[in-house]
Amino acid sequence: MKPAPFDYIRAGSVDESLDALHELGDEARILAGGQSLAAMLNMRLVRPTALIDISGLRELDRAETRDDAIEVGAACTQAALSHRLSREGRHPLLEAALPHVGHYQTRSRGTVCGSIAHADPSAELPLCLMALGGEVLLRSRQKRRRVPAEAFFLGVISTACAPDEMIEAVRFPLPKPAYGYAFDEVSRRHGDFALAAFAAIAGPRTIRMAVGGVADRPVSREWPMLEGAALDDALNAFAWELRGQDDQHATAAYRRGLVRKVGRRVIEEAMRCRG
Amino acid sequence: MPRLKAGQRHEVAFTLNGVAVRGEAEPRMLLTDFLRHVIGVTGTHVGCEHGVCGACTIRLDGVATRGCLLFAVQVAGRDVKTVEGLGGSDGRLSPLQEAFRRNHALQCGFCTAGILMSLDDFLEKNPSPTEPEVREVLSGHLCRCTGYTGIVRAALETAKGNADA
Repeated sequence: MKPAPFDYIRAGSVDESLDALHELGDEARILAGGQSLAAMLNMRLVRPTALIDISGLRELDRAETRDDAIEVGAACTQAALSHRLSREGRHPLLEAALPHVGHYQTRSRGTVCGSIAHADPSAELPLCLMALGGEVLLRSRQKRRRVPAEAFFLGVISTACAPDEMIEAVRFPLPKPAYGYAFDEVSRRHGDFALAAFAAIAGPRTIRMAVGGVADRPVSREWPMLEGAALDDALNAFAWELRGQDDQHATAAYRRGLVRKVGRRVIEEAMRCRG
Repeated sequence: MPRLKAGQRHEVAFTLNGVAVRGEAEPRMLLTDFLRHVIGVTGTHVGCEHGVCGACTIRLDGVATRGCLLFAVQVAGRDVKTVEGLGGSDGRLSPLQEAFRRNHALQCGFCTAGILMSLDDFLEKNPSPTEPEVREVLSGHLCRCTGYTGIVRAALETAKGNADA
């Protein structure tokens, strides 16, 4: 349970991090809060030859409203975003989801962008980004690009981020008037990985829901406004399409049941919350 | 840009419980191992080494965090507080530690150091917490012998004692 040897590079700026990434490529990993990466290193699931520590970069420690989205920089911790949102009360979905991200003691260092970069299929922040139709801002030494959440998550801890790129920020669209938002998840203990997690958005004429923890990545669906048996049928079809697997935590059948029952409850809560 | 080479030891200096300490560490050395084996301060325990059990929780610049998910080289120049920093220099227990003793909040003691450091941070920031809030913080720790009832009681009693004082 000790990491393999690596060089430790303390980046003094984003440009320095990008230079190091350009030079080292997939030999290197960006280290921010380390709440997923350090565990992976300790278990030797990853063995980079260098870590580029960006956790001290002030220019990345930001969370601000820009063009109808909250833009969160790569050094902003989950706890910092949570404090900010609870003070401003501007984002019901993220506010509901953040207390479920890890634990008090990991949110203090764990970053928002780090959770997106790690792309655990059951993680709450990738799920929210997917439900909201957010974007990931990637940057390499040569260029910047914006990748929609739908195109960013490629599978279990696999993303569209290239070896010479780092996540500079992620953008969570702001809530829209007349839309309702809800989140819930089922896990063995508070803070454990979710057996299934749900983020629902109810608009005047549409329902959108993203499900985490069932497929190999968060998956979202949008329907016209449905009720009663029609909603049950849509959720049942969605539950099967996610192709969940049996594992040591739950059976695929149980997870389908969660999508039908808990998914419906979360959608109904989002409908009730419509402004 | 400082680049600390793998396989070589590098000088690391920081403040531990108010006292300047220094030692040498390879980049891959965990803070927990540095504290225990290089500095020789063994109050911080090592459990799962992947951030789940909470036994290694320390305060870094005042913030409760996992010692096993930090590398020693990352804390250079920073302020680290461990369980040794809670009581008085004369061996006197802190009010939180006293409350743990009164409420049978520990048995084998393996998880205790981490829980104390979490609660030391949490109670400082939340002087009058509710029971669910205390339980939420404790969800980041595994205790396999006493259960959590005494620990919750000790935390709430400490908060009440602080409020009455």
